[in-house]
Amino acid sequence: MSTSEIDRQWTTRLRRRVEGKLPPEKLLPDTQPTYVSSWIYVFGIATLSSLGVVIGTGCILALRGPQWWHGSAYGHFINSMHLWSVEIFFFAMVVHLWGKFAMAAWRGGRALTWMTGVVTFLVSIGAGFTGYVSQSNFDSQWISTQAKDGINATGAGAYFNVLNLGQMLMWHIVLLPLGAIVLTGMHVLMVRIKGVVPPFEEGAEVAE
Amino acid sequence: MAFLLSFAALIPLDNLGHYIQWHIIEISVANLIVMILMVVTFIVALVAPFPGRSRRKENR
Ligand code: HEM
Repeated sequence: MSTSEIDRQWTTRLRRRVEGKLPPEKLLPDTQPTYVSSWIYVFGIATLSSLGVVIGTGCILALRGPQWWHGSAYGHFINSMHLWSVEIFFFAMVVHLWGKFAMAAWRGGRALTWMTGVVTFLVSIGAGFTGYVSQSNFDSQWISTQAKDGINATGAGAYFNVLNLGQMLMWHIVLLPLGAIVLTGMHVLMVRIKGVVPPFEEGAEVAE
Repeated sequence: MAFLLSFAALIPLDNLGHYIQWHIIEISVANLIVMILMVVTFIVALVAPFPGRSRRKENR
C-alpha cells in the first residue's frame, strides 16, 4: 500500500485529527491557570459527579423494579438518593451556567461548549419530567394528567403521550439519559480541546 | 428505620404546599427557597477564598 493510500484511510485521518486537537496532555492536564482556583469552577465537576450518582442509582432502580422502590426501606433509600442527586445536579448546573454566563465563557471559539451545555440543560429537563411521570404512584398520575392538555395542545401529544407510562419510562431510562450522557461527554471534551477561557482583559477599552 | 422516620417527621409532607402569590406571580415556598439558595451559593462561590490558592502563589 502506498503512503498516500494510507493517508487517505479514515482510521489514519481520524487518528491524526484527534492527535492534533486533543493530545493526551490536553485531555488529562496536570495544571490549570491560576484563575481556575476559584469555587465557581467546582460547579462543572459537581454537576458531572451528581450526574454519575443519578445514573448509578437509576441503574439500581432499574435492576430491582417499582415494587421494590415503593415497598422496601432500602428501595426507598435508593429512590431518595436518585431524587436528591437530581436536585443537586440541577442546582449545581444552574450555578455552573450562571458562572459561565458571567464569564461569557463562549468567547474564543467556545460556542459549541456553551451550546452543548444549553442542549444538555433542555434534555435534562425532559429527563426530570419523564422521571416524575414514571414514578408509578398517585404523584405521577397527577402530574401526567395535569401535563397532557398542555402538551397535546402543541400537537406533540401524537408522538409524546404523557399518559403512556411505557413510552414515558423508555424516554426516561433510555433516550434522554443517552442524550444527556453523550452531550455531557461532548461538552467536557470541548472544554478540554479549547482549554479554560481566559478572563476578560482588564480595562481593554480604556487602554486604547 | 424508626430513627430515619423521626427525621421525616420534621418536615410534614401530608399537608397542602405553601404558595406565595404576588399579582400574576405564584410560586411555591419550596421553589423560592431553592432559588434563593442558588443565588446565595453563586455569590459565595465568587467571593469565598479557594483553599490552596495563596499557597500556590507563594511557591511561584
Ligand atoms: C450535564 C450538565 C453539565 C455538566 C456535567 C457540565 C460540566 C462542565 C465541566 C466539568 C466544565 C469544566 C469545568 C468548569 O469550568 O466548571 C464545564 C465548562 C463549561 N460549561 Fe458546562 N456542564 C454542564 C452544563 C452546562 C450548561 C447548562 C452550560 C451553559 C448553558 C454550560 C456551559 C459551560 C461552558 C461555556 C464551559 C467552558 C468554560 C471555559 O471554557 O472556561 N455547561 N462544564
